[in-house]
Amino acid sequence: MKHYLLSVITPTGGEMPAPEVLEGIMRNVEVFHEELREAGAWVFAGGLNAPSTATVVQAKDGDTLLTDGPYAEGKEYLGGLCIIKAPDLDAALDWGRKAARAITLPIEVRPFEGEVEG
Amino acid sequence: MSGASRHPGAAEPRRPTGAPAVLTADVERLFREEYGRSVAVLVRAFGDIDIAEEAVQEAFVTALDRWPSAGLPPAPAGWIITTARNRAIDRLRREASRADRQARAALAQSLDAGSEPAEEGPVHDDRLRLIFTCCHPALSTGAQVALTLRLLGGLSTAELAHAFLVPEPTMAQRLVRAKGKIRDARIPYRVPADADLPDRVRSVLAVVYLIFNEGHTASSGDRLVREDLCAEAIRLGRLLADLMPDEPEVRGLLALMLLSESRRTARTGPDGALLPLAEQDRSRWDHELIAEGQALVRQCLRRDRPGPYQIQAAINAVHSDAPTAAATDWGQILRLYDQLLVQAPTLVVALNRAVAVAEVEGPDAALALVEQLALDRYHVFHAVRADLLRRLGRAAEAATAYDAAVARTQNAAEQEFLRRRRRALPAD
Repeated sequence: MKHYLLSVITPTGGEMPAPEVLEGIMRNVEVFHEELREAGAWVFAGGLNAPSTATVVQAKDGDTLLTDGPYAEGKEYLGGLCIIKAPDLDAALDWGRKAARAITLPIEVRPFEGEVEG
Repeated sequence: MSGASRHPGAAEPRRPTGAPAVLTADVERLFREEYGRSVAVLVRAFGDIDIAEEAVQEAFVTALDRWPSAGLPPAPAGWIITTARNRAIDRLRREASRADRQARAALAQSLDAGSEPAEEGPVHDDRLRLIFTCCHPALSTGAQVALTLRLLGGLSTAELAHAFLVPEPTMAQRLVRAKGKIRDARIPYRVPADADLPDRVRSVLAVVYLIFNEGHTASSGDRLVREDLCAEAIRLGRLLADLMPDEPEVRGLLALMLLSESRRTARTGPDGALLPLAEQDRSRWDHELIAEGQALVRQCLRRDRPGPYQIQAAINAVHSDAPTAAATDWGQILRLYDQLLVQAPTLVVALNRAVAVAEVEGPDAALALVEQLALDRYHVFHAVRADLLRRLGRAAEAATAYDAAVARTQNAAEQEFLRRRRRALPAD
């Protein structure tokens, strides 16, 4: 088995969906998470606060430096993530499809290095 | 070469040369026919494409070394696979003892596979698995094409670079990246489940047709290598038709390629200029290929599960049936295009259909259809439009349209053809 990272690709400066739309999405995401748990594929999942809430820490000359904000501003940011366990890419992509339908944003599926116990 | 399997891309198919004439030919032929099968068997045995490729290449080098004195073994293909498997196991044992984790895993997989009863049936299945892996939709089309030609056809990086007009390091990088993704993302090595099969077959067929068209269009570069691409695509088409006898579209694609290949030599005139269908010397068509293609089309018709490749093959079969251009059954071609437009409602199909409309209903009706198509960037759109305008006696507009077509193709032969047409326009 392998671990795969499902990243939610969120456009920067995009409009938040209307509350009732958002509510539907949240419900679908909950169903998706439940399905992952039942299949034994669940490892971890969560939504992230906006990049403006981030702080970057860098080691410099034996000291550490803090900067307010994200490391790099991009056209997209990581809006949330989900780590799953799957036997191969086909299985991981099936979860990716379900995630994309639930969240309605692009999902990047990326393998972790190495293997995990089945 | 030690440890080269850890450096993906290091293994290069080397077509053996230098043996006595008869044997070089034997080994060359065996290489063409058996490279893909051997790699496919070894990938299943070791779960690693680089290990498989390298072992198979070593086996061919050993064959060339040994066979001139020892003679051909009774089953050369089996000999290659057995030798490759032994070579790979020897190497992996050495590397596993140095605590190489990947070597250990590959060794363990090969021992597992060796102890399994032969439940897999014919080795054919391995090549089918390999094709589906190479054409996995998680790989870019360019990577799918390169991997398929490399692993199933044994084309070297230099040959691939030459055929696709990219620098060799670019092609090498493309192969390394694709093989790395298969390994690291664990793209499975199997024939997809029934539910996914239609989609996945479509992407395999698209790759094979792309290889064929790349060879057929001869946009530039070495002509010989390009013709090799057509031959390779047809070889893959035959293999797929053999491995998936129940997929009518597979048969349809093979028929389409054979019928279009049958006109290859007739497509260029003595001066190398491109000749359209209507101007080709039909005695130069390859009637053996036509017979084979038409037989496949008839099989498809009996199946009655039409798809885009089968319909395109049927359209080509109608052209092949006509002893002269004037005898072409355009009514039937138009009916087939109507059907194709339902199955594949694209602008390009609509454009091709308009060409048939011009023959059945006249250039006026066809031009009205063409003018509605948003295909400004496609040179054929302008070429078709130019031809219709020419037939309607609107020479000035036709000239402008020919210019637009010339500006939108890189293909020298097509440019020459279009310029010739433009020069032949009557002066206003």
